[in-house]
Amino acid sequence: MAVISYREALNQAMREEMERDANVFVMGEEVGHYNGAYKVTQGMLQRFSERRVIDAPIAEMGFAGIGVGAAMVGLRPIVEFMTFNFSLVAIDQIVNNAAKIYQMSGGQYHVPIVFRGPGGPAVQVSSQHSQSLESFYAHVPGLKVVMPSTAFDAKGLLKTAIRDDNPVVFIEGETLYNTTWEVPEGTEEHLIPIGVADVKREGKDVTLIAWSKMVWTCLDAAKALAEEGIECEVVDPRTLRPLDVDTLATSVQKTGRCVIVEVGWPVAGYGAEVAYQIQKRCMDALDAPIERVTSDDVPMPYAKNLEDEVQPQVKDVVAAVRRVLYLD
Amino acid sequence: MAQILGLPKLSPTMEEGVLVRWTKKEGDKVSPGDLIAEVETDKANMDFNIEDEGVLLKFLVQAGETVKLGAPVAIIGKAGEDTSALEAQAKSGGAAPAAKAEPKQEAKPAPKAEAKPAAKPEPKAEAKPAPKAEPKPAPKAASGNGAPGKLLASPLAKSMAIELGIDLRTVTGTGPGGRIVERDVKAAADGGAAKQPEADEEPTQPTEVKAETAIAVRAPRREDHDGDFEDVATSNMRKRIAQRLTEASRDIPQFYLMRSLDVAPLLGFRERLNTLLGDKGKVSVNDLVIKAVALALRRVPECNASWEGDAIRRYHRVHIGVAVAIEDGLVTPVVRDADQKGIGSIAAEVRDLADRAKKRQLKGPEITGSTFTVSNLGMFGIERFTAILNPPEAGILAIGGTLDVPVVQNGQVVAGKRMTVTMTCDHRVIDGALGAKWLAAFAELLEHPESLAL
Repeated sequence: MAVISYREALNQAMREEMERDANVFVMGEEVGHYNGAYKVTQGMLQRFSERRVIDAPIAEMGFAGIGVGAAMVGLRPIVEFMTFNFSLVAIDQIVNNAAKIYQMSGGQYHVPIVFRGPGGPAVQVSSQHSQSLESFYAHVPGLKVVMPSTAFDAKGLLKTAIRDDNPVVFIEGETLYNTTWEVPEGTEEHLIPIGVADVKREGKDVTLIAWSKMVWTCLDAAKALAEEGIECEVVDPRTLRPLDVDTLATSVQKTGRCVIVEVGWPVAGYGAEVAYQIQKRCMDALDAPIERVTSDDVPMPYAKNLEDEVQPQVKDVVAAVRRVLYLD
Repeated sequence: MAQILGLPKLSPTMEEGVLVRWTKKEGDKVSPGDLIAEVETDKANMDFNIEDEGVLLKFLVQAGETVKLGAPVAIIGKAGEDTSALEAQAKSGGAAPAAKAEPKQEAKPAPKAEAKPAAKPEPKAEAKPAPKAEPKPAPKAASGNGAPGKLLASPLAKSMAIELGIDLRTVTGTGPGGRIVERDVKAAADGGAAKQPEADEEPTQPTEVKAETAIAVRAPRREDHDGDFEDVATSNMRKRIAQRLTEASRDIPQFYLMRSLDVAPLLGFRERLNTLLGDKGKVSVNDLVIKAVALALRRVPECNASWEGDAIRRYHRVHIGVAVAIEDGLVTPVVRDADQKGIGSIAAEVRDLADRAKKRQLKGPEITGSTFTVSNLGMFGIERFTAILNPPEAGILAIGGTLDVPVVQNGQVVAGKRMTVTMTCDHRVIDGALGAKWLAAFAELLEHPESLAL
């Protein structure tokens, strides 16, 4: 296993799949000559030429639609959004076309497309560029929604997403690109099935459920709490749709307490769905109401101090854990 | 906006309650959790804690009145609000909103030394509550079936308490608002934190309750000793036996009727049956007793019954529980509709149930729902004994062994076969003459065993 960055893992996944299948191509703003706004497509233009690494104009609705059309006639597009904030311009193509065509055509057309790019807050990019839109997409039947937290998961899941015959919304952590993790190397195929959660840390006292960047926040919180003798189990669903309720529920059955941590907003956030599923499955095992830790219910401020304060931080997770353990 | 408060459900089985006294006055501000009244239910005197916030504008019932579940008792709202419309609605039987409250299952002292309720003290209001407010035994349902009732406890704490056989009423909650959480149940299981709630409630806690809870929560002692004894931790089954039989002994007025039966014909009948069956099975005396009990209950159906407080429940079907000793305890598998089954099928069924009971393979429905029980210690050399009732059944029959005894026949002393049976009766359901009538029917059947085959 080699230790590589999340960015490199995504790059490897796309390259390997493009080498394997000539129908796979990538399209988006500045993916070619500029090597990607976040350098995820580094070097791919040189390797695969402008036929398969396509610089698109600043017109998300247009190139997302071209991608859906290309997928309908047999290609396997990877459409990169510079960030998922801009996918809102293209959401009609994603929700009304990509997610619907298989059903509306009576199964005649598959739409094997991946919409990928970074999501969630980065550093001081203000309210319009700091959003976590996974709850929007996870709401839609016909889509799969994947949110890897590590380089290992990013590579294995992106390869699976590209091979999937259905549209996959693949949201990367904007602040995770430089994080590193061990990833299988060489000729070994590294595929992770969609819809399988992963226990990132084992513990017996409380289950922390988090995805993408919040997995790291939870692992930090777990480390801090371990010093007080509190053992947190950190479970990463990795894909929000479909959701691996079994793995989450098994953990909560064991611990009797659950804290769901997400960087999105609280109201109608994805964590609310997780909480519903958990209480339904684990009613008799719960020792405390399920807690959610989310961003504050406000547009993201630009000021650094406020930006930090709005998002879930280690101290917020620790406080929530202490609440479900009745320690305060 | 002002709204009508209805009488909340303060015990799992209550249908109406007597408002013993108001603990607040009209015009008092209240917030969620405040005690506003004491209500006598079918189980005990309960606290009526309010869940709403506001001002108690008007009491619609006086102390001492009996109120149906959900019926209007008061109007709550903002200070100074006009309540005339709601009063009219309440009078015309207008529906009260679903009443909510957090009942606390504790017996309360009689309100003799307390301040009088401010609500229009009419003579009725003072005279009536006193006799009604006698301390009642603490609610049974909460512990009798292991269901934790409406205590404030987390789901995990509840399931854990059931598993460990701990009575949640004896556990002090350390969660928000006194919620009992996992650590409290664990502490109680370890014998530590199972404190009695508050000192002022002590005098009204019936002493029997304490005895019962002591059984339920006492954990094995671990102090040093010189090897004079050892403490064997109680299994869940033992805890259940202890709890149920303690309750039965304590709560049910039981009496015993004994009768000696001539079983010579029965033994001959059994022998003939077994000859007929050959190697296809065996019929025991106990199988014949089960059949006879079932048929006797058909003849005297008043004994196939249970005490339900405001009713005696008569069962239309006859399900006989058969006490089976197993390692470290006993279970009572049930032969359903035993009156309608042939002796051979009863024999086969009892053997199968007993075998699986010993392997602990019986399922819930196979050990519940009996309407009368048979307990037989004859095979252990017991001549006669008395059994404790198996609630809610009103009767249990204890079977002694068959003895060779001298009997007087036509003025001559001859050798006879006698078996003594003892019927334990719930006196609330079965009076002496009725029990004797049943026992006569049973004797008639058993002493003329051919009638068992009819």
